[in-house]
Amino acid sequence: MNAQMMAHARQRADFETIAEWVQSGAKVLDLGCGDGSLLRYLKEARKVWGYGVEIADEKILACTKNGVNVIQTDLESGLSGFESGSFDYVILSQTLQSMKHTERIMQEMLRVGRQAIVTFPNFGYWQHRLQVIAGHMPVSRDLPYQWYDTPNIHLCTLKDFEAFCIKLNVRILERSVIHRGHQVSVLPNLLGSLAVYRVEQLS
Amino acid sequence: MRPNKPDSYTTVHSPDPTSVGFVTPQTARFDTPIKLRSGAVLDRYELVYETYGQLNADKNNAVLICHALSGNHHVAGFHSEHDKRPGWWDTMIGPGKPIDTNRFFVIGLNNLGGCHGSTGPSSLNPATGQPYGAHFPLVTVDDWVETQARLADQLGIQQFAAVVGGSLGGMQALQWSITYPERIRHALVIAAAPKLTAQNIAFNDVARQAILTDPDFHGGDYYAHEVVPKRGLRLARMLGHITYLSDDVMGSKFGRMLRAGAFQYGYDVEFEIESYLRYQGDKFAESFDANTYLLMTKALDYFDPTHHHNEGSLAQALQSVKAGFLIVSFTTDWRFAPERSREIVKALLDNERDVTYAEITSSHGHDAFLMVDPYYHDLVRAYMQRIDLGDVA
Repeated sequence: MNAQMMAHARQRADFETIAEWVQSGAKVLDLGCGDGSLLRYLKEARKVWGYGVEIADEKILACTKNGVNVIQTDLESGLSGFESGSFDYVILSQTLQSMKHTERIMQEMLRVGRQAIVTFPNFGYWQHRLQVIAGHMPVSRDLPYQWYDTPNIHLCTLKDFEAFCIKLNVRILERSVIHRGHQVSVLPNLLGSLAVYRVEQLS
Repeated sequence: MRPNKPDSYTTVHSPDPTSVGFVTPQTARFDTPIKLRSGAVLDRYELVYETYGQLNADKNNAVLICHALSGNHHVAGFHSEHDKRPGWWDTMIGPGKPIDTNRFFVIGLNNLGGCHGSTGPSSLNPATGQPYGAHFPLVTVDDWVETQARLADQLGIQQFAAVVGGSLGGMQALQWSITYPERIRHALVIAAAPKLTAQNIAFNDVARQAILTDPDFHGGDYYAHEVVPKRGLRLARMLGHITYLSDDVMGSKFGRMLRAGAFQYGYDVEFEIESYLRYQGDKFAESFDANTYLLMTKALDYFDPTHHHNEGSLAQALQSVKAGFLIVSFTTDWRFAPERSREIVKALLDNERDVTYAEITSSHGHDAFLMVDPYYHDLVRAYMQRIDLGDVA
């Protein structure tokens, strides 16, 4: 990895895990792709090819500067512009928790992609729990917002997400729980601050 | 469809460094007959064009600007110090502007059938020595692409870095990517559609009927009668203007404002919107040829890349496309609505082509593509800067 790629990897702890999971040369749709750095990272690290989806003007502009294909659309209105089964992976990186229609986006991701990769901040992380016990909404590195200005409206824990998958008949293929760039294998729902899942739809 | 407030050009003594400055139109002559989509043949024709910037040694920095219904070859800069306004897309093209003439060699032309110097209905028919008038054949977007390719041949351009257009111009950029996949690296398709809807064709037909039923039209041969069907052309333009603006912008600009401040109980101009439309209509009728207007609206109506693909899907029609795409639409554009641009995006996604799609929030309706908007211009700039000419680090 060159310096630039290292910088990308540090930028979002889940990038590296995602890069390990996706097959080289895969076709990827990155929902809520931000400035396109994940796609760019995957392009350089795994030779993947694909599109980002964003709604904010400044992010469309940033993706264009990054040389990443991007489609400006509102994820909340679904993925009707994309054919079923047209991507190897559909990625939703740290966006699930701010979506209004959580179930719908999960179903749409698994309609359009053969597999989906979902990452989110773990609300069950011990520091979050302590803050709640102490009587406050949690504010942390992964949840940096105050309750009144947070875009995060659907926070969940690992257990919540896994129950959600069972409800939607979604199989979990792989899970990685991370804290500050390191894998967490002991008590992940307590010690991990960031969860990364690879899932597929059971018919 | 010109911008209401073009960049001001103060004086010749302190020229704007982002203007291409003074330009002189040139004429390309073609003696090889061209068989048009309609079956008609033109033995010879001329295209008038302007260029800005320099063609580089590799000849890989050429950008073609395709004009819309009422546009022409005068895209940027000024013809003389007496010009009040620069070319119709001067805000977009120039040194340091989104389509940067320090980097790109930009070509604007007047399409075949036009009325600004290229061979069209008002040109003299060499067979008769009279203006073509009703005898000028209908041309299609495919025909324009063919003639533009011949112009590129004359200029020694094998491949365009980009073909750019808004509205009907965007349709030409799209057609370029289909007809000549090897000759275009990028297509910027702005405020366009893959084909017109019935509603859109209906608007065009009302505009045509206004012209065709004008007593001064004389079946298209009004030149010989030394009249022009101004009333018809004026009405056509007024109708067009209504559809190029959004309800919102008309409301905020004109509302129900009265010129005299009170009802006059007559048919003279009372509301400001009437004044505006009549002014626009009159100005246009003075300067544009009615036959060209008819022909351009028909080219819009006929455009449909699926038509010659056994009426298959747009995705099928775009199978051969190789270019990268920037597709741009504007939220309040109801004549070429964002949904229509999304159809093009979908067809490109289905073919796994490189595409970026942006939906610009604007209150200006279809006219927004000619307006200055920071996000829109920054996006075009960013996209153009990514085009590889072998000079990007």
